[in-house]
Amino acid sequence: MKTLRFRPCGNFKVQYREELDVFETDFGRLWAAIGLVLLFAVLPWIASPYFLYVLNLIGIAAIAALGLNILVGYTGLISLGHGAFFGVGAYSAGILAVTYDVPFLAVVPLAGIVTAVVGMVFGIPSGRLKGLYLTIATLAGQFIIEYVLVHWESVTGGTMGITLPAPSLLGVAIVGDMSFFYVIYATAVVMIFGAVNLMRTRYGRAFVAIRDNDQAAEGMGIPIFRYKLLAFAVSSFYAGVAGALWAYYMISITAEPFTLGLSVEYIAMIIIGGLGSIPGAVFGTVFITLLNEGLRWVTDTIMNMGGLAGVELTMAPLREFVFGLAIVLFILFEPRGLAEVWRIVRSNFKLWPFSY
Amino acid sequence: MTKKNRFNSSERCKMDFFIQLLINGISIGFLYGLSAMGFVMIFKSSSVLNFAHGEVLAFGAFLFLALVTSAQLPVWLGFLVTLAGTFVLGFVIERIFLRPLIGEPLIQVIMLTVGLAAMFKGGMLLVWGGNLYTYPDFLPEGLGISWGIVQVPPVYVAAVIIGSLFLLMFGLFFKFSSQGIYMRSVADNQTAALSLGVHVRRVFALSWAIAALVAGISGIVLGIINGINVHELSSIGLKVFPVVILGGLDSIGGAIIGGLIIGLLETFTGGYLSPSLRDVVPYIALVFILLVKPYGLFGLVEIERV
Repeated sequence: MKTLRFRPCGNFKVQYREELDVFETDFGRLWAAIGLVLLFAVLPWIASPYFLYVLNLIGIAAIAALGLNILVGYTGLISLGHGAFFGVGAYSAGILAVTYDVPFLAVVPLAGIVTAVVGMVFGIPSGRLKGLYLTIATLAGQFIIEYVLVHWESVTGGTMGITLPAPSLLGVAIVGDMSFFYVIYATAVVMIFGAVNLMRTRYGRAFVAIRDNDQAAEGMGIPIFRYKLLAFAVSSFYAGVAGALWAYYMISITAEPFTLGLSVEYIAMIIIGGLGSIPGAVFGTVFITLLNEGLRWVTDTIMNMGGLAGVELTMAPLREFVFGLAIVLFILFEPRGLAEVWRIVRSNFKLWPFSY
Repeated sequence: MTKKNRFNSSERCKMDFFIQLLINGISIGFLYGLSAMGFVMIFKSSSVLNFAHGEVLAFGAFLFLALVTSAQLPVWLGFLVTLAGTFVLGFVIERIFLRPLIGEPLIQVIMLTVGLAAMFKGGMLLVWGGNLYTYPDFLPEGLGISWGIVQVPPVYVAAVIIGSLFLLMFGLFFKFSSQGIYMRSVADNQTAALSLGVHVRRVFALSWAIAALVAGISGIVLGIINGINVHELSSIGLKVFPVVILGGLDSIGGAIIGGLIIGLLETFTGGYLSPSLRDVVPYIALVFILLVKPYGLFGLVEIERV
């Protein structure tokens, strides 16, 4: 092992493979280890049940947002159908668990694979389209999937939805927020690990090349249609896994949440967090989920204080309004998102007191 | 004998149904075309895909509602004030939100309009709620056409008249007025227009303002036909996509024809197959159009070089 380095004071890379380092210094490695210990050994034990619930929502959404960031941020294919893919994951988990009686451990990856296949089907237009046109095609995908989820009653249960059995892992029943916390965050860590490393491989570099200029990428010998489909598949796999966890966590699912609004929410997460950044997807998820819960708290407080009639109805619109505002403000003032803010803060610490 | 008669009457009934669907489809399609027109105008001049179009449309409808019912203005004055209001709204949107993003990557611009859409929708829901409103009855009774078996309600006649009137006005505006010619020149080649002294930023602002105005008009007409509801009206903004893709994203005439085709497709599916399929069939059509002919019937094929 190299000597323990805490701080790089310049770019001393002499080989290309050094560019692939996940951690530039051992300091970062240390922090990652500390973070993992805090996450798994400390946080669930000090968190209140409500906070634990919020943490679980963040974990699930982070997986889905990460998938979307691979598609939008890294490959440059703007998708407005991620909410529907999330729904496909949830429904395939429900169908696999209820109709085919598949155990939990197999359901989650299988739901991911089913969703990946669906995602690839809706990614086929990317062979001829890009940019605006592709965005519109994914928008159509969103509506078509939504329609199928509601109207294919023999399989999806229509408006009744599906109720899932309690999952069990190696004979241990997973009940309650605490055990779900471990399942969700273990999956999230694996998925983040996968995403970080995917971006270091030739596949990840091909995605970035397609984002930067797809025709030049094709000229360099990257079969872009295949890679675009792969990006759709990976992204939908993430959405499907997240959807499956969500379905188990929520116990019963209907088609109601998987609307265009959810897709926009995921897009908001990665825009606010930072496009093409893996920590960014997590930051954005935390931001949006906390914003959601904060708004719920504010409207609840107002309702309890004033006892105003009809205030309860304004929760959803207020949420939508603040969402829109957050997206607009971030695009106008910090288009690279929270990841960039984080980088600036870090480099300020690193360079202090000589910040030039 | 009786059997033959019954057969005849059912055949006749089918024919009536068909014609009624045809008329509904054409009128709805015309309105889609009108809504899509503003959308195409923005895309043509500034290459911005406006996801907030439906919300601007709904805003026009609600502004008219507020002016006519709460402020008790006469209908013609309310109409004019609404036009002015939406014109200013479009101008302000461009000035505040879109101007800083000129030259930014596509996703930023698209997501900005998505964010604007959420903002406007939330704002309108906060003010007016999710209820269904209707305008007071102001259309003259004699406007409806009753021509044998064909029954055209007055609202549809009014829709087509207002629509054609504005279509004609815009046609003349683009053909003959200097601003219209500037707008066409920017749409054709932005750099060339810039170098010849066209004030491109003003053209952007103007095209947003005019697009918002057109959206306001279509909002009012749709409100007269279907009633005024935030969700319903803003969803029109998404239904514009199949229309413009079919017609070609940068063709105003294509928008009208695309609107007619999608409107007919929608009403016939709703009438003959299933009412629930009605809302999703334009999007299924959209996917097929994109796969077969991505630039639509009349759109300009983009040629790209590295």
